[in-house]
Amino acid sequence: MADVTFTVDGKKLTAPAGTLLIDACKAVGIEIPAFCYYPGLSLQAACRMCVVRIEKMPKLQTACTTTVAEGMVVQTETDEIKQARKATIELLLGNHPLDCPVCDAGGECELQDMTFKYGAAESKYVEIKQHREEQQWSPVVFFDRPRCILCYRCVRVCGEGMDVWALGIQNRGVSAVIAPNGQDHLECEECGMCIDICPVGALTSGTYRYKTRPWEMTHVATICTHCGDGCKTTLGTRRSNDGMEIVRGDNRDKSGINGDFLCIKGRYAFDFANRTERLTKPLVRQADGQFKEASWSEAIDFAAKRLREIRESKGGQAIGVIGSNRTTNEENYLLQKFARTVLGTNNIDHHRTVDYVSFAAALAGKSERTASLRDTANAPAILLLGNDPTEQHPALAWNLRSNVRLNRARIYIANHAEIKLRRQAKQFLEIPKDGYASLVQYLAGNDSVVAANEQTAAFRDAIRKEESLLIIFGSEFRGRDIQALVEFGLSLPNTKFVLLGDYANSRGAADMGLLPDTLPGYVPVASAAHFADEYGAVLPQNAGLDLLQMFDAAQSGNLAALYVVGSNPVTRYGVDPAVLKNTFVIVQDMFLTETAQLADVVFPAANLYEKAGTVTNTYGDIQLVKKAADKAGVRSDFELIVRLADRMGADLKKLVPFGRGVRADMGQTRGAQSGEADRHSVWLAAHGLEPKLSPFDPFATLDEIQRLVPSYSFSRLELLAGSDQHAKSELVQISAAPARRDLVLPSQDTLFTSGTLGRYSDKLKEVLDSHTTPKPVEAAAD
Amino acid sequence: MPRLVSHPDEVKIISRRFGQGAENLDKYLELDGYKATQLALEKGADWIIAEMKASGLRGRGGAGFPTGMKWSFVPKQSDRPKYVLVNGDESEPGTCKDHLIFLHDPHAVIEGTIIAGLAIGAKMGFIYLRGEYRYLLKIMEKAVADAYARGFLGKNIFGSGVDFDVVTQTGAGAYEVGEESALMESLEGKRGVPRIKPPFPAVVGLYGGPTVINNAETIATVPHILLMGGEPYAKIGSERNGGTRLFGISGHVERPGVYELPMGYNLKKAIYEVAGGVRGGRGLKAVVPGGSSTPVLRPEEIDVGLDFDQMGKAGTMLGSGGIVVIDDQTCIVEFALRTIAFYQHESCGWCIPCREGTDWLKKTIGRVHAGGGVDKDLDNIRYLAENMMGRTFCPLGDAAAMPTLGFIKKFRSEFEDHLNGKPCPYARHEELVGA
Ligand SMILES: Cc1cc2nc3c(=O)[nH]c(=O)nc-3n(C[C@H](O)[C@H](O)[C@H](O)COP(=O)(O)O)c2cc1C
Ligand code: SF4
Ligand code: SF4
Ligand code: SF4
Ligand code: SF4
Ligand code: FES
Repeated sequence: MADVTFTVDGKKLTAPAGTLLIDACKAVGIEIPAFCYYPGLSLQAACRMCVVRIEKMPKLQTACTTTVAEGMVVQTETDEIKQARKATIELLLGNHPLDCPVCDAGGECELQDMTFKYGAAESKYVEIKQHREEQQWSPVVFFDRPRCILCYRCVRVCGEGMDVWALGIQNRGVSAVIAPNGQDHLECEECGMCIDICPVGALTSGTYRYKTRPWEMTHVATICTHCGDGCKTTLGTRRSNDGMEIVRGDNRDKSGINGDFLCIKGRYAFDFANRTERLTKPLVRQADGQFKEASWSEAIDFAAKRLREIRESKGGQAIGVIGSNRTTNEENYLLQKFARTVLGTNNIDHHRTVDYVSFAAALAGKSERTASLRDTANAPAILLLGNDPTEQHPALAWNLRSNVRLNRARIYIANHAEIKLRRQAKQFLEIPKDGYASLVQYLAGNDSVVAANEQTAAFRDAIRKEESLLIIFGSEFRGRDIQALVEFGLSLPNTKFVLLGDYANSRGAADMGLLPDTLPGYVPVASAAHFADEYGAVLPQNAGLDLLQMFDAAQSGNLAALYVVGSNPVTRYGVDPAVLKNTFVIVQDMFLTETAQLADVVFPAANLYEKAGTVTNTYGDIQLVKKAADKAGVRSDFELIVRLADRMGADLKKLVPFGRGVRADMGQTRGAQSGEADRHSVWLAAHGLEPKLSPFDPFATLDEIQRLVPSYSFSRLELLAGSDQHAKSELVQISAAPARRDLVLPSQDTLFTSGTLGRYSDKLKEVLDSHTTPKPVEAAAD
Repeated sequence: MPRLVSHPDEVKIISRRFGQGAENLDKYLELDGYKATQLALEKGADWIIAEMKASGLRGRGGAGFPTGMKWSFVPKQSDRPKYVLVNGDESEPGTCKDHLIFLHDPHAVIEGTIIAGLAIGAKMGFIYLRGEYRYLLKIMEKAVADAYARGFLGKNIFGSGVDFDVVTQTGAGAYEVGEESALMESLEGKRGVPRIKPPFPAVVGLYGGPTVINNAETIATVPHILLMGGEPYAKIGSERNGGTRLFGISGHVERPGVYELPMGYNLKKAIYEVAGGVRGGRGLKAVVPGGSSTPVLRPEEIDVGLDFDQMGKAGTMLGSGGIVVIDDQTCIVEFALRTIAFYQHESCGWCIPCREGTDWLKKTIGRVHAGGGVDKDLDNIRYLAENMMGRTFCPLGDAAAMPTLGFIKKFRSEFEDHLNGKPCPYARHEELVGA
């Protein structure tokens, strides 16, 4: 819309006509107080905090509902306005319990902040305040009615944002109260968005309430370890007996790719980290078949020695390596390098939740064809084939809903189930479970493959009319079907693609070459010359065994050793435990999983919240993971790989290029002027100039990744500043053979499950139990 | 059935069929029924609106907005259907006029609805009665059914080729749904909370369609105006206040009731001559002139004409035409308490100043009346009311604050008489105050 010029507090401003005054002011740093206004949600004009004086208007006006107009003259902080706001706060405080000293929100409360700003110290009333007992509405949501200021944010975020509509308003006048629409409990997705958005401490979470005060926590922004969306989450940690314990997950700065959103897993399912079953001492199997706790050096020595013997006696092809969907890019990269250069094998794989290899192959040579999670919030037209984002990609589902609501995006959905997102779809097509490939052929113009009717024709016509299209598809597509879909997409004017994989770093696992036939960046093992140069090593030339072949080999006695990092393939792929009885198995994990129970050596590992590095979500958004928590006794997978390599006699300088950075400012350090020194080191780190003093520094490996994997040549400064960086589409031509269909195993996770890891979350378990008709949960693993 | 009253000063236009059995369609037709509709069908929208503008009719719901002008704001073209909405939520204490219209002259409401529909191009009208008027709904429903049976409603009304439907509906007992946008929410089956304006109903109203909403009396006046002509109607009233209006005179008067008086009629005369003066020869203490939300007048202030402009000049409002007369043996603090108790009970709770403000006002005034007041309470009452004025989401907040301010400003000494543990020094009128 055309710009208009107006005056606020004497300043001349311009903004597009139709902009809300409150937003226009915010954009230039004039903060107008607001309780009920929340960007992106419907307008309420209920709290009256945002009142301003507009020339020629008889009364104070609400800035949250007024749109800027040419020549408008506005005052935002006159005495009259301050008085109005003060009076409003006095009225609120009249019935407010003022239990700030114990309230969860104390210190992070908008009512406190406003009271501090507008001052309402004098109590005008002598009548007793209304009191009501706190209520529990779900395992996640608690409600303390007297603290509620009725801003209706919770109602709106649940209804408009989540499309759940679990909250409503009951009664009227001073008896008006927020209440679950399901009488005394919530029938909902337990996302905690209502709690997050509550400006006061009226809605509190089952995990955090009365645990600690906000200022006692250290807040660390990092990435959720659960699904493939990779939301930014802020973990609040506190000292505990054995390290730093996570007490809260939330979404403080909302600057991440997920915007306002976090689902239950990102917000509450961090509790696995504090489980008592956590392994904190290495285990080594004794002659009698029992595990015995061992010291780190004993265990590492033992494992390294056996691996070395096997490598020497049987060759690398007798060793297999299985990596993880939840370890960092640096760890994954290091693991494949360790496998190929130290163990001497291409027998490396991971639990593939989708077929990224075929996706990379289909897009080979094309750039700018993959979309960020951010793009899903504003793409004008989206074709969603397969998957159920509400369950499996909650952040994507949020974005798609918001996009429809705020931008009137057009979403076309074809699915074999009546997924919830169909409620936002412009057109929804229910197709047979095995009908995806035919549908693509039909969309591409082949009428003979499906039972075409008016509905399918309308669907096709609408898609083909779109001037740009974002195609999002799930694991229903594999191998040649992906090729066909991408070909069809590329025949349209302006198409981008997203393939939906399941876990925090599933994409990174594939990108980093946890695959038997491709190196990092999907470079075929046969054309690995520049890797060999860089590694200073001879790399195995032939494709190795994939995950299923490794277990076949184990069964036929051809796999002498198996090194499993953060994965539970035994449960996931239904492996008969007997298969591994003659294989030396090393497992790194947090828990004694079904796979770890079969191991000869088990190393207690740190999880994603306890380490630093980067991860890549399924869209290709690369983000920084920061160490938030700490647990005595565990080691990061990165460190464990390095230590194993060390004990196997590898040249660590070759494995991890540490010590390469040079301090550019030698001789001119300024001493401990803390603020300056900090910025200084950020800059150095960003430019790879910070010395990587030890082989345990994952950023040394990131240097190498950025050098060797073209799609990861992003700005390090931006990454360190907390921004997401989008991986470029693959540039190299690859010719990977389509993987066996059964190698790709979608996790089947729901909103309340998260593979093996999820089974160790008490909160998820509690939520699953409380939902009277639980959604089907598969014994998931990864 | 309530007793009908009468006085020679009355000019009976809207009330001319009261008590004559006009709820019966045949009788209604005998009394010029549905002639205005046929005239309107013949002459068309522009003519209707011109006559309405000429009549000077101002909305009888309380705000006094010129009806002809309101209708002319509705866009001619619209993608969504347009609607006419009749506001029969009549809930303002002291107001009891629409009730007589539904009771005695239901077809006039139907006629007015059809004509408004013709004027704006709507094909459907809704007649919304307050929840407590369920017994009137039966009468309204029968009238609608009779009109359908004769082809006055439905397809091709009066053989004109025009279709028009009327639907009746009752509320669930909330004063707030008398506010036009809250009424639309209620009618759509939602909580009775007002909507953000703009957009105004004339542009985006019921179910998102352009909507004209008028008070039942306003609507029932329309056919009379068309039959007698806009200008002659305007001449009856005072300047810029065309015609007559139904005034409900209640409280301590000898002859309470609803009287149809020309706009601009003197308030003092209405009390002392039309309604027979203060009951039992007592003295007059105060008058609430236009429904409970209008600021109170002292006896020396009542020599004023009953129209929107003169009442505004007198520092109060004509409002809904409900005149409440208070004699000299009534406790103003208790009256103020009754008033605020009503608004506290009826606040929808949407916005902070009204939700919390009415509650604290009620508590504080209640305590003062009960003898528990302290000095600062009086300033506090004033402070609370002043800080509600003009700050709320809809006018209900003002409706609660305005009278309170009036009472505390004009009768402060009566409040003071209650402070510091003193029992109420004024006699109680059980009939007025209730339990
Ligand atoms: C709190 C509140 C209650 C109201 N109640 C009524 C009512 O009961 N009847 C009515 O006609 N108008 C009522 N109104 C006024 C309506 O909003 C609206 O102005 C009126 O129906 C318009 O009709 P008119 O133009 O014919 O007066 C109320 C307004 C407010 C703010
Ligand atoms: S937790 Fe999420 S789904 Fe449940 S009520 Fe709150 S916002 Fe709604
Ligand atoms: S519970 Fe919180 S978010 Fe919901 S209305 Fe109350 S204060 Fe607002
Ligand atoms: S949507 Fe996915 S990444 Fe985001 S919080 Fe939930 S599980 Fe974590
Ligand atoms: S002023 Fe506010 S609380 Fe009162 S009735 Fe209107 S919207 Fe509801
Ligand atoms: S922010 Fe504008 S009224 Fe609440």
